[in-house]
Amino acid sequence: MARRRLGEVARILRSKNAGPFLITIDMIFDSRECAETVAEQLKPEAIAEAYGMDPGWVIGVYLYPQANAVKVTIRRRVPAGSVGDTDVYGAQQHAPLLELEAEDHGKCGG
Amino acid sequence: MELRILSPTAILGYGFPRESLEAALREGFDAIGVDGGSTDPGPYYLGEGVPFASEAGVERDTRLLLKAAREAGVPLIITTAGGAGARPHVEWMLGILHRIASSESLSLRVAVVWSDVSPDRVFELMDERGLEPADPGAPEPRSETIKASRVVAQAGLEPVIEALKAWEPDVVLAGRAVDVAAFAALPVMRGLDPGLSIHMAKILECGAIAAEPGSGSDSMMGVIKPGEFVVYPLNPSRRATVTSIAEHALYERPTPYNEHVPGGYVDLSNATYEQVDDRTVRVKGSRWVRLDSYKVKLEGSRPVGYRYLTIAGSRDPGFIAELEKLIGETRRILEEQLPEYRGRYRLIFRIYGRDAVMGPWEPTPRPGHEVGIVIEAVSESREIARDIVAQARSVLLHIGWPGRKSTAGNLAFPFSPSDFYGGKVYEWSLWHLVELRDPLELFKLELWELKSGSRAPIEVYGGVAGHG
Repeated sequence: MARRRLGEVARILRSKNAGPFLITIDMIFDSRECAETVAEQLKPEAIAEAYGMDPGWVIGVYLYPQANAVKVTIRRRVPAGSVGDTDVYGAQQHAPLLELEAEDHGKCGG
Repeated sequence: MELRILSPTAILGYGFPRESLEAALREGFDAIGVDGGSTDPGPYYLGEGVPFASEAGVERDTRLLLKAAREAGVPLIITTAGGAGARPHVEWMLGILHRIASSESLSLRVAVVWSDVSPDRVFELMDERGLEPADPGAPEPRSETIKASRVVAQAGLEPVIEALKAWEPDVVLAGRAVDVAAFAALPVMRGLDPGLSIHMAKILECGAIAAEPGSGSDSMMGVIKPGEFVVYPLNPSRRATVTSIAEHALYERPTPYNEHVPGGYVDLSNATYEQVDDRTVRVKGSRWVRLDSYKVKLEGSRPVGYRYLTIAGSRDPGFIAELEKLIGETRRILEEQLPEYRGRYRLIFRIYGRDAVMGPWEPTPRPGHEVGIVIEAVSESREIARDIVAQARSVLLHIGWPGRKSTAGNLAFPFSPSDFYGGKVYEWSLWHLVELRDPLELFKLELWELKSGSRAPIEVYGGVAGHG
């Protein structure tokens, strides 16, 4: 039982646009149990706080057990490629989730 | 019945190893599908009417793929031509195909699917049927912005299927279409399950990205039959694994569960993934759900101004510590000294090494010993954009503060000239769903004949081409 950073626990943790108005962050773990444990704890409010955004901007948190994965989808600050955008592909917006902590309940290796 | 669909690369123009194509030819295939790009690189390419991938790369890939398709006696299916799929992009691809046909002494029958929608037609559709935002955050459709926009409708599978059925062409060249159309059209046309066809297409459209190690410049083969499909990369140094293929269900999609196309969606939540051999994965259980209403997405891009920018670095600790204040002062000085420009430009300072990548979302905006600064101006007037960047650059270079030591200049410019024109700037003006009366309603289908010395449309779907 330990509180661990998602960046330490996830094998893959990546962000990318899902269309020009949304960013999707995929977290892939080493087991289905680990993914399920993280998904249970990943509340929209915690994600919103990590980004400094309104919780209404967190579109959803989704578990995909077949890939041992948890997906988080958020609204983009501005549309991709518009004036004031910082990242046209949305590929470098995942850092706040690297730092988010969750209890692993012994389900996540490493 | 079994169909083999080859995806040579993720985007036409990205290239692929010749050996992968040769391996595919030895194994045989029923169609080659390739996508010209996506909206991911932003609204510029649709708005400006220019292609995303390089012309040399696109011509090189197309020449090899055309010859391979002819050798195998199967169609080459190209969708979202030029990366944006509007008239200029499709015409550009027709030009490339014509050049290839001429130089290879081939005569080609090319079925073209046009995806353009005029602003007037958009207004008609808005009035008749209403538009629905396709994603949260989609722009508000306004009369002035739509009038200034280049708009395409994103075709589903059906226009590609009709083109194949009506003409059995050598090439299908489609404007804007869903990413899966090039790969799922033939299987669905032949009666294979749409759920499996579209799920397979979703993997294939990325070339070998879903393999280990992944690559957007290498090939993937999909083999589909009733009840299942398998995928594997042609390059022996790559493998498809249960992990890599299941993970791909997540890629660039807002949820892992449903893949939407006009007319329905594929429910991936109960898809199963099985390792067949050490480099092949079998997928079952992707479930097609047909919807009663057939909706396509309208994408519109409009110009909003011109961009200039300059790049400079700083290595002075005093300047870096005062930077936010100094940027604020620079803005104020420009406002005061250039009142005629007030409200007509946006001035943006991007501080690399602090928070340029995430902007306000950056949790730890702490610069190190060095920063990179991009000063950017966007204005409806090209001259104002250029002038603002020049003024901001020189003010920031020489600006002082109490205790300043670096009194000869605050910025290190890597280049002479220091300022660069960034081209026209576009924004998405439409990203909305509209219901169609039938899948072909907004899409015009034409059969073109390309041969040495001539290219012309010879037939229109359901009619005859006029030469006007």
